[in-house]
Amino acid sequence: MILASAGNILVWIVWVGAGFACLASGVAVVSFRNPFYSALALIGNLGSLAVLYLLLSAEFVAAAQVLVYAGAVMVMFLFVIAYVGPRTETPWAGGPNWQSIAAVLAAGSIFLEIIVAVALNAGGRLSHTDHVNATFGTPGWIGRLFLTDHLLAFEITSIVLLIAAVGGVILGSHTKRAA
Amino acid sequence: MQGPGIAWYLGISAFLFGTGALGVLLRRNPIIVLLSLEIMLNGGNLALIAFARHAGNGAGQIFALAVMAVAASEVCVGLGLVVAINRRRLALDVDKLSELRG
Repeated sequence: MILASAGNILVWIVWVGAGFACLASGVAVVSFRNPFYSALALIGNLGSLAVLYLLLSAEFVAAAQVLVYAGAVMVMFLFVIAYVGPRTETPWAGGPNWQSIAAVLAAGSIFLEIIVAVALNAGGRLSHTDHVNATFGTPGWIGRLFLTDHLLAFEITSIVLLIAAVGGVILGSHTKRAA
Repeated sequence: MQGPGIAWYLGISAFLFGTGALGVLLRRNPIIVLLSLEIMLNGGNLALIAFARHAGNGAGQIFALAVMAVAASEVCVGLGLVVAINRRRLALDVDKLSELRG
């Protein structure tokens, strides 16, 4: 019992740390003026999200998050930011800043809408969680699910990635404009 | 399940989604718009994985992996667009790029 409560407190401490890092780095991505710092903050966001995935016993998804996002996607982001060069946003041309006020209002209403919708639909039932067995979230379990129950999704995902790669090549290739 | 319940994770997920939406609506640099889109997708992913844990079902984690693949595709095309815009010496500003004409 004492051991169990100590483990519980440890999980809470890790959750609070990862959750706070996640929220703070998310706000930092949006608020930094330099895209390079925003990309670095997004790496922190993805890392703390991987910790949260581990707490939810999604081990394979956490590993894939670190490999795919922090490894591949963020390197591509940083490379493109370095290629484009340092550019700060042009300041607003005076006048009332109604556009950003509307943006803050819209984002806040989206947030409130999600909270209200989830709380109304599943408010009382979210406190109890089923006990899952030890294989939940392991790579072998995910692989078996992918190749049996969700085979169509797996194949469609590969086609989507192929199309995106072809599109990236076409967008990135030099084309002579017809004069 | 030790530690906080699913509702706490859903709170973080909703906050991340709202933050990403704010970035998409507020910022005008297309690179930061793409980064904010990543935050929105990750908020959705966190909710999917939290519900997968809640239901004891693997479909949510499979869905989260599919979302990650789609996010990688979106970054590939989006950054290709940014490079193409930059090569034509256009301003990297989504307000000025709203005409879709080279």
